[in-house]
Amino acid sequence: MSDKFEVVGTSERKVDGLALITGRPVFAGDLDLPHTLHLALLASPHAHARIRRIDAGGAARLPGVALVLTHENTPSLRFTTAGQGYPEPSPYDARMFDSKVRFVGDRVAVVAAESPRLAREALSLIAVDYEVLPAALSLDAALAPGAPVIHDEADAEGIWDAPHNLAAALDVAVGDTPAAFAECVAVVETTCETQYAQHAPLETHVCQSYLDDNGRLVLYTSTQVPFHLRRIVARILDLPIHRIRVVKPRIGGGFGVKQEVLLEDVCALVTMRTGRPARWEYTRSEEFVSARTRHPFRIRVKVGAREDGVLHAIEMDAIQNTGAYGTHSLTVLSNAGSKTLPLYNKAPHLRFTGRSVYTNLPVGGAYRGYGGTQASFPLETALDRLAERLGLDPVELRRRNHIGSGETSPIFAEMGEGREGVPMIIKSCAIPECLNAGMEAFGWAHKRARPRDTGPVRRGVGMSLHMQGSGIPLIDMGAATIKMNDDGSFHLLIGATDLGTGSDTILGQIAAEVLGVRLEQIVVYSSDTDFTPFDTGAYASSTTYVTGKAVERAAREVEEQIRRVAAVMLQTEAGAVQLGDGRVIAPDGRSVTLAEVCTRAYYGADQFQIGATASCVPEESPPPFMASFAEVAVDVETGQVRVLDYVAAVDCGTPINPRMAEGQVEGAVANGIGYALTEEYLFTPGGKVRNADLSRYKIPRTLDLPPIRVILVDSYEPTGPMGAKSIAEIGINGPAPSIANAIYHATGVRLARTPFTPERVWRALREAGIG
Amino acid sequence: MTFDLVLNGVRRTVQAAPGDSLMDLLRRLGCKSVKNGCDDGYCGACAVLLDGRAVNACLVFAARAAGHRVDTLEGLSREGVLHPVQRAALDLGAVQCGFCTPGIVMTALDLLARNPRPTEHEVREALAGNYCRCTGYVKPVEAILAAAAEMREAAE
Repeated sequence: MSDKFEVVGTSERKVDGLALITGRPVFAGDLDLPHTLHLALLASPHAHARIRRIDAGGAARLPGVALVLTHENTPSLRFTTAGQGYPEPSPYDARMFDSKVRFVGDRVAVVAAESPRLAREALSLIAVDYEVLPAALSLDAALAPGAPVIHDEADAEGIWDAPHNLAAALDVAVGDTPAAFAECVAVVETTCETQYAQHAPLETHVCQSYLDDNGRLVLYTSTQVPFHLRRIVARILDLPIHRIRVVKPRIGGGFGVKQEVLLEDVCALVTMRTGRPARWEYTRSEEFVSARTRHPFRIRVKVGAREDGVLHAIEMDAIQNTGAYGTHSLTVLSNAGSKTLPLYNKAPHLRFTGRSVYTNLPVGGAYRGYGGTQASFPLETALDRLAERLGLDPVELRRRNHIGSGETSPIFAEMGEGREGVPMIIKSCAIPECLNAGMEAFGWAHKRARPRDTGPVRRGVGMSLHMQGSGIPLIDMGAATIKMNDDGSFHLLIGATDLGTGSDTILGQIAAEVLGVRLEQIVVYSSDTDFTPFDTGAYASSTTYVTGKAVERAAREVEEQIRRVAAVMLQTEAGAVQLGDGRVIAPDGRSVTLAEVCTRAYYGADQFQIGATASCVPEESPPPFMASFAEVAVDVETGQVRVLDYVAAVDCGTPINPRMAEGQVEGAVANGIGYALTEEYLFTPGGKVRNADLSRYKIPRTLDLPPIRVILVDSYEPTGPMGAKSIAEIGINGPAPSIANAIYHATGVRLARTPFTPERVWRALREAGIG
Repeated sequence: MTFDLVLNGVRRTVQAAPGDSLMDLLRRLGCKSVKNGCDDGYCGACAVLLDGRAVNACLVFAARAAGHRVDTLEGLSREGVLHPVQRAALDLGAVQCGFCTPGIVMTALDLLARNPRPTEHEVREALAGNYCRCTGYVKPVEAILAAAAEMREAAE
């Protein structure tokens, strides 16, 4: 289908590529402002404590210290740090600074001083008298009768059941699962646990704030959500929204962790109180401890099939550890079900139950995959067991059960983002093509049929099937403004937030396609609340589908205006002319250039600005799909698992920029392999993170990864811009279940807890009498 | 203390405090391509060339550069002409967020100066100290191999 496009479907260079590859100072931390105050954080050393007394006098008197902020001199209203649409589905359970701390790393105080060194030095002069409280350092401890109540404050809002440490809860039932399981010939039940993990963008959180010439507050910051950030900071500081400008320059990766307001409220307050620029940058260790994490889960999955291998019932019970605050608690919980269960719509009986539990541990948040990653692991390993029970190849079991074009799932209507969902008929589904292309490239049939190795290193293969979404229907919104210049070029202004994903580029490609120009003729400017229209931001795999549609609409309106002007110039009908190659062409071959069209609009008769703003609120969220295949070698003497080969075959609709689309999957798969094999927070008995650095928290390096082979199968989503769906998140869901299934194929041992570290694998093998 | 170094081919007299790292100094001198990803020597985002060899600037005392040659990404493409590594990175989609990119490019320059004909494994070994969270390294490795081939052709 993409053959009919000129600019869309080609691997254009990134529009910001030249700045990045020449090392221009384009990141938030690269800005040098005179007279800047540098901020440093005093973090809680206790998992749970009340601050009896805090004496910041010593720090405040240190020469060079401008300001010390604590709960005693800062706004006390409660909010959520989650940068979500308004009203946020996350509880208002956080304060800028609180008189109670709820995890090791929680905010206690911030010093603003003339230099970073001085700010850190001043921290030691703040005297805090803590009343240490009993802490709940696991799901079970937080759920036990008599557990310490983590949110006992009276002014929190939106907590499901604070006395029992429940941030959120869900119960969705379709049909009658208990009765349905009795009708099955094969039933499998499994309980899996997933770990605390971190996004680890190479750039930590960094924000700089200053007052512009008119006294307005500017936040120059590494955020995924400029408009939500502006709204949330305005509320906390009680400032009118129009007194705040948020600018997101280039940012060094997000992956969800920058969908949070972690620095900006404090930077803003320092600047408002002192009139001076303020800069706050998390250290790598603070990024691990005090930023956000992937919510750990314990999930029980039960699946049952009838004799024909068709699923009859699925139950999923998910218990989520949201840590000390409930950011994204309800929505990640609901996505655990809504981004997995619809994949197997042949099962008429479904039940999803879930609880989000507060603990005195680091805070969960948005992380690429967003619940789908955690729930894919138990569901896809349960299906692997079921396939074996039924005597079916795992691919064949998926073939008999996956959703298809023209079909729906009741889950779409039942489970939304913190509220009911939106019904949807799937219009594009190339799962059969993903399975076929993936199997063939991987050599599935041949590798799967190999006899099990018996030596010290045993190879095996596994697969899994996945879906995600494309934005949040009837909640997300993207808008685009296009204005024309008198050389025939265009400015494309978008609130959307390019995290390095390349969204500025693909949105420019969509505009160029409609307007019949090369990408170089589109000047893309994004993510500045003063100059770009509203956008909910970069999350939920929304930008290509949602903002892309807004860009397409704005471009079509502009195209229409150009036609009208050109038709007058060519003395023909607006409907008769064509745009292409920077010209407008009449049926008889006469033409005018776009430059001539805009020059006439600027200076000729009936002068006006050719331009338009359009919005998109999606009515559905078409899922991308992915078939994932992994080959592993398990050293049964050491427990070491190596991934030898990995194939991801993806249906993302039209890839607007194929190489950038591949890059999204390659990066997500690499991140998923880290999650599956090595990445994990370790804690002291007191709840302190033991491995808050890049040497002990092990993310994959070049030599740790297999060839990651990505196949983008042919597909076209009729509701998307130029046929596109999303691609950013889905890749990360594959590795954990595919690798777990491959380890089983290699050794006959099932692993129910991520990551599959050598120690964990070695123990499981020993328990099974292997090695 | 005050000392001289040759930064991107230009002799400079600079000042640094005894504890300053080369990363701190270079960023202060305006070389913002030198990125602070961990301040701990693990991520490689601050990699620069010290006398032609890639080092993590956060682990090197600024004073260590006294009398030596330091090259950063800012010095690579004077007069607007991109180096083959830069060009290949753009053409092959090797740049996503771009934060790790300067360190990867500098490391690649070090490799290609010593080994104009690296295998994929040798490229991966050379980049083993450069974290990238966006790309899975697939396209950066591909770009360096493509640039190496182009540079060999140009040399012949």
